[in-house]
Parts: sequence; C-alpha cells; structure tokens
Amino acid sequence: MQRYRQVLWLFWSTAIAAELEYRLNFLIAALSSLGSLAGSLFGLFLFYQTGYEFQNWSWEEALIVLGIFTVLQGVAATFLAPNLNKIVKHVQEGTLDFVLLKPISSQFWLSTRALSPWGVSDVLFGLGIIFYAGSRLGVSFSAYLVALPPLLLGAVSLYSLWFMLGATSIWFVKIYNVTEVLQGLIEAGRFPMAAYPAAYRVFFTFIVPVAFLTTVPAQTLLQRVEWGWIAGSALLAIALFQVSRWFWRFALRFYTSASS
Amino acid sequence: MSLIRVDHLSKRYPVAIKQPGLKGTLQHFFRRTYRYIEAVQDVSFEIQPGEIVGFLGPNGAGKTTTLKMLTGLIHPSEGQVQVAGYTPFERQTDFLRQITLVMGQKQQLLWDLPAMDSLRINAAIYGLSEKEFHYRVAELAEMLFLADKLSQPVRKLSLGERMKAEMLAALLHRPQVLFLDEPTLGLDVNAQVAVRGFLQEYNQRYGATVLLTSHYMADITALCQRVLLIYQGQMIYDGSLDKLLLQFAPYREVKVELDCQVSSNDLASYGELKMFEGCVASLIVRREALTPTVTRMLAELDIKDLTVSDPPVEEVIGRVFQAGAIA
Repeated sequence: MQRYRQVLWLFWSTAIAAELEYRLNFLIAALSSLGSLAGSLFGLFLFYQTGYEFQNWSWEEALIVLGIFTVLQGVAATFLAPNLNKIVKHVQEGTLDFVLLKPISSQFWLSTRALSPWGVSDVLFGLGIIFYAGSRLGVSFSAYLVALPPLLLGAVSLYSLWFMLGATSIWFVKIYNVTEVLQGLIEAGRFPMAAYPAAYRVFFTFIVPVAFLTTVPAQTLLQRVEWGWIAGSALLAIALFQVSRWFWRFALRFYTSASS
Repeated sequence: MSLIRVDHLSKRYPVAIKQPGLKGTLQHFFRRTYRYIEAVQDVSFEIQPGEIVGFLGPNGAGKTTTLKMLTGLIHPSEGQVQVAGYTPFERQTDFLRQITLVMGQKQQLLWDLPAMDSLRINAAIYGLSEKEFHYRVAELAEMLFLADKLSQPVRKLSLGERMKAEMLAALLHRPQVLFLDEPTLGLDVNAQVAVRGFLQEYNQRYGATVLLTSHYMADITALCQRVLLIYQGQMIYDGSLDKLLLQFAPYREVKVELDCQVSSNDLASYGELKMFEGCVASLIVRREALTPTVTRMLAELDIKDLTVSDPPVEEVIGRVFQAGAIA
C-alpha cells in the first residue's frame, strides 16, 4: 500500500510536470470549459424562461444537477480521460508490454498513470454553480458533505464502465468511437432524470447508470433522496468495480501484443 | 540447473482471411473465417545461468513471439516455459522482479521529461530506497557514459543516448535475466559498440543471463558464444557460433591480385568467381579443396598477392536461411 501511494505520487507529479511543459493549454482549457458551461446554462435557461419546469425540479435545483455534472466532467477530464483513452494507444503501439512487465497491478498503472490538470477549471465552475444555487436554496453545510459519498460512488461507476470499454481494445484494437459513445451518453446527466421520458429514465438508470452520476447526488444534496437509491448507488459502484477487475484479467488472456 | 527451460513450445495466432473486393469485404464483415499461423512450432532449448545467447532468424521467424512467451506477455498455445523457476505467464511479482525486456523499437521513458523522472518511478515500483536508487543510477550511468544526460528531457537526447537511457531504466532493478529485442536497432556504429560493451560488462558484473535478437551480426559475434537459429517458427540450429560457421560455411574466400592479362574464363576453373575487377579477383573455394586450388593457382597464374579469409557471417547466415530448414 505504501509502495502504491509513493508510485501514485510520482505518477501525478511527473504527469503534471509533463503537462506544464505546454503552458498555453491551460488558457485554452479554461476558455473551452467556460464556453461549454455557458452553452449548457443557456440550454437549461431555454427550458425555464417560459415558466416550464422539470417535474419537481425548480430552476435552482436543476442548476445543482448541472453543477454536479460539470464537476464530474472536470473530474473525468482530470483523472479518467487521460488514462482510459490511452489504453487503446498502449495496445496499438505495444507499449502495454512495459506496463505488464512491471511488478505492480497493471490496472492501477493504466488507470492512474496520467493526470491532466486542465479539468480543474470545470471543477471550479461547477462548484461555483452548486454553491450559487445552494445558497439561494439555503442548503446547509452538512448537506454538501452528505452529497459527497454518492458523488464519489458515481465516479467509481463511471470509471469502471469506461475502463471496461477501454479494455475491449485488447480485442478490437481501435475503439476510440466506443468511448465517444459513452461520453455522449453521459451528457444526459446534464439534466435531472425527471427531464426524460420514462423509457429513457429506465435506460439511464439500469443500462447506462447516468442517473447515479448526477441526479442521485443532487437529490442527496437537496435531502430528498430515498436511502434505497444511495444503497443502490453503492452496490452498483462496488459491483462494477469488481467486474472491471475481473474483466481486465480476462481480457489479458487474449492479449497478443503488437508485433515489432 | 538451467535458468531458462523451453519445452516443445508452440504459438498459433488466428488471422482473419479477407477475400479482395467489396464482396470479400462484406463477407469479412459478417462471417469471418480464420486461418491459423504457426508463429512458433515445437521449439525446445535450455539456457544456463550467465550465458549470453544470440537468437537469430529473418523477420517473422518467431523470435519476438518466443521472447514474449518467455517474458509472460503472451500465453503459449502448447508446451512449457520455465524462467528462473517461474512460469512466465502467471506474471508473479517475484518473477517480474528478476527479468527485463528491452525493445529497440518501443520506449518506456516519458518523452517530455528528463529520464531521471521516469527512473524515479521505476525505482518506486520496484521498491528501491532513495540511497539504493542513487547508487544504482550512478553506477549504471557510469557504465553507459550517460551521467550528464539524465536531467535533459528525453526528446532532446540523440537516438543512441535514448537507447542507453532506456537500457538504464530497464536494468535499474538489477534483473538476472535480460531479454533484448534488437537493442541496437538504428544506432550508429559507435553507439552499437557502446551498448555491446555495456551488455558484456553487465553480464560479467552481475552474472546475468542474456538472450538477445539482433539483425546486426556484429552484435552476435561480439557477445554470443552460442546462437539459436529459428526459421519459419522452427529451431534449425542450437550451438556455438564457430561450429555454425564450420557447418554451414565450408567455404573460404580467396582474393588474388594478378597481372592484368587474365580473363574471367581462366579463373572459373578454380572456383566460383565472386568478384573480378581490373586485376583483383575474389573466388569462393570449398574448404577441402583449398590447398590444392591455391597451389594450382600459384603454379599456373602470375599472382602478385593472395589472401584467404572466412566469408562474412551475414553471408553465411543468409545462405543458411536461403537453403531453408537444415538439421
């Protein structure tokens, strides 16, 4: 454990050092996240300007979902995307060989090797929205804390799904498109689940668990969640994580390594 | 007790076959047919601790596939592999700590950062203490003449320096078994010599076992007493390099400088004429016929100078592979 902590620290500090070699990136990332945030705010605003309301979600409450979505997007851009989208490249170029030869969990390596600080702007803007809407709704400090665990569980579920998709590159080698599809589906988390027709809700709860990524944490924050949903969120996260570990070991049996 | 034992090892790859044309593409998309390629067939050998063994064969002969099975990257289809008492494919931590794989065409060092940063990560993964880390880096850097290069971003290093830094990263945990796949690929002669010298020194200092593939025959002649020849997935020779030359090259090259009146027809009766330019000719003569031929030449021709030499190793190996499987 001690060794993993030390390795993780070095992974992240070198990754940040490598990213900071290119300074202009930060400005571009900040502008791009500001742009996309403005876009989704405008989208949400279009719904609400005419007095229309998602069932049981006031403007501020819907803003909280959007804020959580933006934070999650930032977390994904910082921790998940730079690693999980690279699994494909490792398989294609055969550099996965080096990872597999290290006496350390290869899933750990592939999931934590890189870190891109450019998602931080998303996290900051997202938090800004949450606190703005939260203060208008009079959300207490403890409510913010209580919302953290479901948010973390959502992130674990997202990671596990994403990792498994990346792992399929062992068979298909080129799989960029599939992770794009996943990212596209996750976009649905921008709005509360109540915004979608019933069939979509089932899909986004049980097939691609988008509901657990943003709506459930938001409901927890607003203190109107049933405990069943939180238990479900925990169960889902643990199950998906376990499956991802098993799936990776399974996939490696089929690894043929890129030829020289 | 041999360190590496390979017993009737085989590897088959499924390869999808696609007929040309649109029809073939559609068929390929909906119902794929496979055929199996025998990358490695029934290969057996043993390597003793401390040996440096050269692994030779043309492209696609199965060298890299065998190395990958030996390092546990891919699963053998049939047969047994034991390296340092472990089954490689289980990839146990204790096994991974004892081996390393250097690939001339792939790199593990971070492109944008100094090699030192990547080395530090490797040190943490292998659980080296700070003191041990500095000691080993200093020692290896001195052996590789790299000391002042480790703090430059890897992208600013020359190819030779980068390869040496890769080598350092691969050997930081002081492995006992080294698998090297084309470690001198693309390097200039000086860098090749440096890498070779380093491998020899590492082998002697730590008693490490080395199995290397290379297309540069000079690597093999400088480092390996023993070579394995693999051709179309099958092992066709296992033994000393000298014996290989004797067995597959029962020829000598006779180079003569003549007065310029001789025609190529006059020379053809002595042996296979390899080169004839102006007044210098080069003949391939069977070993057993060497003495009588040379005697005859000296008697019959007006010879100014004569030298006898072994043909270059590349040529000999090329001859072996052209002739195909040879027991």
